[in-house]
Amino acid sequence: MPVSKDGLPCNRDAHEDLIRKLRELLPPEAVLTDKEDLRPFECDGLSVYRRLPLVVVLPETIAQVQAIMRLCYALQVPVVARGAGTGLSGGALPLSDGVLLSLAKFKRILHIDPENAMATLQPGVRNLAISDAAAAYGLYYAPDPSSQIACTIGGNVAENSGGVHCLKYGLTVHNILMLKVVTMEGELLTIGAETLDSPGYDLLALMAGSEGMLAVIVEVTVKLLAKPERAQVLLAAFDDVYKAGEAVGAIIAAGIIPAGLEMMDKVAIHASEDYAHAGYPRDAEAILLCELDGTNAEVSEHIMKVREILHQGGATEVRTAVNEAERQLFWKGRKSAFPAVGRISPDYYCMDGTIPRRQLPHVLRQISLWSEEYGLPVANVFHAGDGNLHPLILFDANKDGELARTEEFGQRILQLCVEVGGSITGEHGVGMEKINQMCIQFKSAELSQFHAVKSAFDPAGLLNPGKAVPTLQRCAEFGAMHVHHGKLPHAELERF
Amino acid sequence: MLGRDISETLQQQVRNAVGNGTPLKIEGGNSKTFLGRETHGETLDVSGHRGIVEHDPRELVLTARSGTPLKEVEAALADAGQMLAFEPPHFGDNATLGGTIACGLSGPRRPFCGSARDFVLGCKLLNGKGEILRFGGQVIKNVAGYDVSRLMVGAYGTLGVLLEISLKVLPRPAASYTLIQECTQAEAISKMSRLLSQPVPVDAACYHAGHCYVRLSGSEQAVKHAHEHLGGEVIEKSEPFWHALREHHLPFFSSAKPLYRVMVKPAEPPLEIVGEWLLDWGGAQRWLVSDEPIALIRERVAAAGGHVTQFRGSERNGEIFQPLAAPLLIIHQRLKSSFDPHEIFNRGRIYANL
Repeated sequence: MPVSKDGLPCNRDAHEDLIRKLRELLPPEAVLTDKEDLRPFECDGLSVYRRLPLVVVLPETIAQVQAIMRLCYALQVPVVARGAGTGLSGGALPLSDGVLLSLAKFKRILHIDPENAMATLQPGVRNLAISDAAAAYGLYYAPDPSSQIACTIGGNVAENSGGVHCLKYGLTVHNILMLKVVTMEGELLTIGAETLDSPGYDLLALMAGSEGMLAVIVEVTVKLLAKPERAQVLLAAFDDVYKAGEAVGAIIAAGIIPAGLEMMDKVAIHASEDYAHAGYPRDAEAILLCELDGTNAEVSEHIMKVREILHQGGATEVRTAVNEAERQLFWKGRKSAFPAVGRISPDYYCMDGTIPRRQLPHVLRQISLWSEEYGLPVANVFHAGDGNLHPLILFDANKDGELARTEEFGQRILQLCVEVGGSITGEHGVGMEKINQMCIQFKSAELSQFHAVKSAFDPAGLLNPGKAVPTLQRCAEFGAMHVHHGKLPHAELERF
Repeated sequence: MLGRDISETLQQQVRNAVGNGTPLKIEGGNSKTFLGRETHGETLDVSGHRGIVEHDPRELVLTARSGTPLKEVEAALADAGQMLAFEPPHFGDNATLGGTIACGLSGPRRPFCGSARDFVLGCKLLNGKGEILRFGGQVIKNVAGYDVSRLMVGAYGTLGVLLEISLKVLPRPAASYTLIQECTQAEAISKMSRLLSQPVPVDAACYHAGHCYVRLSGSEQAVKHAHEHLGGEVIEKSEPFWHALREHHLPFFSSAKPLYRVMVKPAEPPLEIVGEWLLDWGGAQRWLVSDEPIALIRERVAAAGGHVTQFRGSERNGEIFQPLAAPLLIIHQRLKSSFDPHEIFNRGRIYANL
């Protein structure tokens, strides 16, 4: 029997056998094999990586998910789970020999428990829908990734999604209590508990951000928080990016934890202003948005303090949103920064490194030097409160070699983030996109430990294989390539 | 700053233990030896591996070696107007940061501000092959690789020896008031549960000896307004009370009967188990002093969707922690052997076969 390089059967008979058996488990409309039906599943939010799966399945019960997993395990067929497909690192990229397991039909809110401030959800419930449903009880779900209208809670857990309020309210890992997951072998496990902790190892922490490598999430119980009485946002303009960076540190040093603290540089301000008309000052080199929330009294007190700090820090202008409409407008500019940048450049490449905040001036200076060196403009959008940088490198994929240059530039930025004590990814995940950069951040023994963790859940290595953690061989090859002027040869080849 | 890096010595000791097949018992300040199951082995003393490696208050991050006394960490933070927001219990003068994290202990602030594991950002550890590995980092957001640092929290040293830990730290609140109100346990449970859905700056709530205690912390104005809103009598100088609660120094904890830690949903009505109760964590962590058999306690708590730890005064070779479902136990065993293939670290500390 012909065998693919991964040792997986790839002949037509085996595929037909798999599809026939899947049809025995699921209704006809839940098994997709026609090319046009598979097309919507060929990529996630990172569309530079595309591949059609062998088959897409759309189960709607946990029992069906278990049956699919048991079948795939028996036939040794790899499985990639997928939520809304809004991920930005290619984590849900299908395998041509594998099953793409969509959780799209799992979209019911199972229970909202206001007394215990928690909600139990199917994995396909949209992030924003949780807060909408909880609003009646004065509660909300805190993590708010920018894709919150579309992204689903199962994917949020798999990616450990953040949002603009991470500094104060944490990431997904801080806001979940319990998961039901199905292993590759088809076993249904309960991880965590409705109580604040659970016996044994903290598998809940392992599952958060595991990028679909350990188990398939089929139910999520989240913690809800009381809606703050008031939220108020300040906008400060600076004639120097570094002064803005310093002001961020000064606010935190004063003992204030803002709900959100965002920074944009001039390129980003202009793009965003042209698009969203939020009234941002165009002559500023950088702006800071600082949101304060809490009780009325607390917010008033903190606004006074923060205004003072911003003025002392050399802000050329400080505005306070006078009402909710203006607050939304200030945020609209920031939240539309990505599409706005998309309008001024044929393509952009979004980086997601994190750095200790004090390294900001150094890192920004270096990025701007490289920007000149490569002849590629950069718009900087920065979750300043939590050190998460999103430099957007502007390029044109239709120009010969520009994508390769962009990737090289991006790689240098990520390497710099690691060098200054940060990480290659703050919230978008590794997926396919940053798998080589994992070799920079981790040593062989650490990567081996990651592989061993995966094996504890998925000994056969059939769940989302090839993502998130590179093989040591891959790193050896990447390292060897890396020495040669830090350039990736054979950029046209698939990178697994 | 008193500091010393003995990671190479520790690494050598682990390698020797692997070579000789000698099990190791990891020890820091020896303050939490009473927790969990009894473990036997040669002592691996981590207390000499100490010192704060880095603390930049503007970054809200502190990195320290595992043997650093918890007191030293807290004093350094206090100097900068900061704190460990999970308010860890020490359970002894010599408590170390490593032991606190390995046992995953959190104090009264936990339900409102997060647990020990929530504040862990990264760690350096020595695995059972004698390799020194780093996971996570010193940044708040980091999703590269599995979250191994948080997996170490509450693993009681069974997966590896913590060498260095990076934690997110927070500013100390400007003001703090404690309100007290006389009530029954059932009234306290519903009162505390209501706090969860109100925008009030609560950072601790407990029920003890016929009284509900609520601690408000935040800016001076915020605390004042919340007090007006919630009512209740203010206790002056409440710090010793919360300290005694956290450290188990209240008379409740000196009973000769076994002490159980009962975890349930916060709004769960009072459980029908004979004994004395003290409710912390807004009702989510309940301390029970009782002579009832553990099987009965487990059964009643499980019926309420909770779990039980035999905290003090029980047979140390039994099931101290709630037994795991079979498929979960298999994953635990595989994880254990992935970090500690020769089974040298803290054998049987949490479960007999881990």
